[in-house]
Amino acid sequence: MTGGVTRAEYCVVACAEAWRGDGEILAAPMGAVPRVGARLARLTFAPELLLTDGEAMIVGGDPEVVEGWLPYRAHLAMVTGGRRHVMMGASQLDRHGNQNITCVGDWKRPRRQLLGVRGAPVNTLNNPTSYWVPRHSRRVFVERVDMVCGVGYDRAAAVGPAARFHDLRCVVTDLAVLDFATPDHTLRVRSLHPGVTAEAVREATGFPLDIADHVPYTREPTPAELRLIREVIDPAGAREREVPS
Amino acid sequence: MTAEEAVGRIRSGMTVGIGGWGSRRKPMALVRALLRSDVTDLTVVSFGGPDVGLLAAAGKIRRLVTAFATLDSIPLEPHFRAARERGEIELTELDEAMMMWGLTAAVHRLPFLPVRAGLGSDVMTVNPSLRTVTSPYEDGEELVAVPALRLDVALVHLNRADAQGNGQYLGPDPYFDDLFCEAAAEAYLSCERVVGTAEFADAGRPQTLLVKRHAVTGVIETPQGAHFTSCAPDYGRDEAFQSAYAKAAADPEAWREFTERFLSGDEERYRAAVAAFGKEGV
Repeated sequence: MTGGVTRAEYCVVACAEAWRGDGEILAAPMGAVPRVGARLARLTFAPELLLTDGEAMIVGGDPEVVEGWLPYRAHLAMVTGGRRHVMMGASQLDRHGNQNITCVGDWKRPRRQLLGVRGAPVNTLNNPTSYWVPRHSRRVFVERVDMVCGVGYDRAAAVGPAARFHDLRCVVTDLAVLDFATPDHTLRVRSLHPGVTAEAVREATGFPLDIADHVPYTREPTPAELRLIREVIDPAGAREREVPS
Repeated sequence: MTAEEAVGRIRSGMTVGIGGWGSRRKPMALVRALLRSDVTDLTVVSFGGPDVGLLAAAGKIRRLVTAFATLDSIPLEPHFRAARERGEIELTELDEAMMMWGLTAAVHRLPFLPVRAGLGSDVMTVNPSLRTVTSPYEDGEELVAVPALRLDVALVHLNRADAQGNGQYLGPDPYFDDLFCEAAAEAYLSCERVVGTAEFADAGRPQTLLVKRHAVTGVIETPQGAHFTSCAPDYGRDEAFQSAYAKAAADPEAWREFTERFLSGDEERYRAAVAAFGKEGV
């Protein structure tokens, strides 16, 4: 059954893995693939995770039922309490993990205005944060982001003790899984998705990237996981629209 | 009172807080009334959605205090984007939590509240007036002192209200509408339906009574008053209309036509034009 695994399905499994071992915290996925991944994690190896319906309800159980209420104001308390692991998007991301979703170009008069800083500053200073990049490219992985919304390791180090909860876990892209497990907390490749070469990832990254010679491949989904993804969690194929085969 | 009367209390140059969140339960009928007025030069405080877009398109915003502007199902607010790219509005860009604590500080009549959010980010760079505060206790932690976001006027929309200004939300999220009202010198509450106070109990438990009358200056009955944003459970977002709005915003000629069709008359004409649009099945 694993022969026909799509890239989107490897991405789903890689996102699910981000929440492995987190315990009883809120998984806050942003984007279709992370959402499928978070539900997959809870249905398999991380049953304690809390998940929302994307609005104000915490949904638990199988089949899902409302088990709690989390309007925005309570969600912000969950962030600052630290019992949450968010996976955000990134319009730009640099090698230290600084993330930008506000604008491209000079902030004073941007070449392209995007979403705005949203909760990226509060997230990155308070709870574990990962990133999801559906299209790994030099436009996203840049030497310097135009505005630091999500705080990277170099910026956090400069903040001092108030940044003691800063914790960037991983970056999942359509090509690879990356993390900051280097001595100076800069980005490196943890695994390549099957079919992706190290050269392809280097080519799509706008700064020198550490890739070990024998870097592993992202793990295969189990048959049970594939069935859950395809038949239970995402039968409409939202994952394929975000990462086309 | 009417939307016109409420907006008639707003002067150019004021700081106006707008409730709701993104494209959710925005006081759009009050925003449309603002568009019809000659009030301008506003400082707008909002978790931004099409309220910000419409006011920006009309050139009424001098300064915007926000963490984002989005249409939710359409990620980027087109008029906000265009206004920023043309350098037309001054932006005070704060994190979502900073917005919440800034409003909370104003509610409590405090000059600031300490937050961890913002440290290390460029929120500190693009807002050079932001200051930090050091904990007087042994941890000595240095935090951001978010200044109070005091408002001259707040505009919010709820599902139900009584004539005295008690407001009831019936959807899944109160957003921050009670904070907006209490942070403001004057607050105007529009609602889908004005009910007798005794009717609140039929619609929801006491915890749905979000806004209290001491914090409300005027109540305006505006059915479909959040359109085209969502106002659950009374109605969801009008996605077809929002798409048409976003599409029109991308092109000056199309925007003139949109304005002519939907925004050149009063609220009654707006509702009629929206009903006609709905029948087209676009």
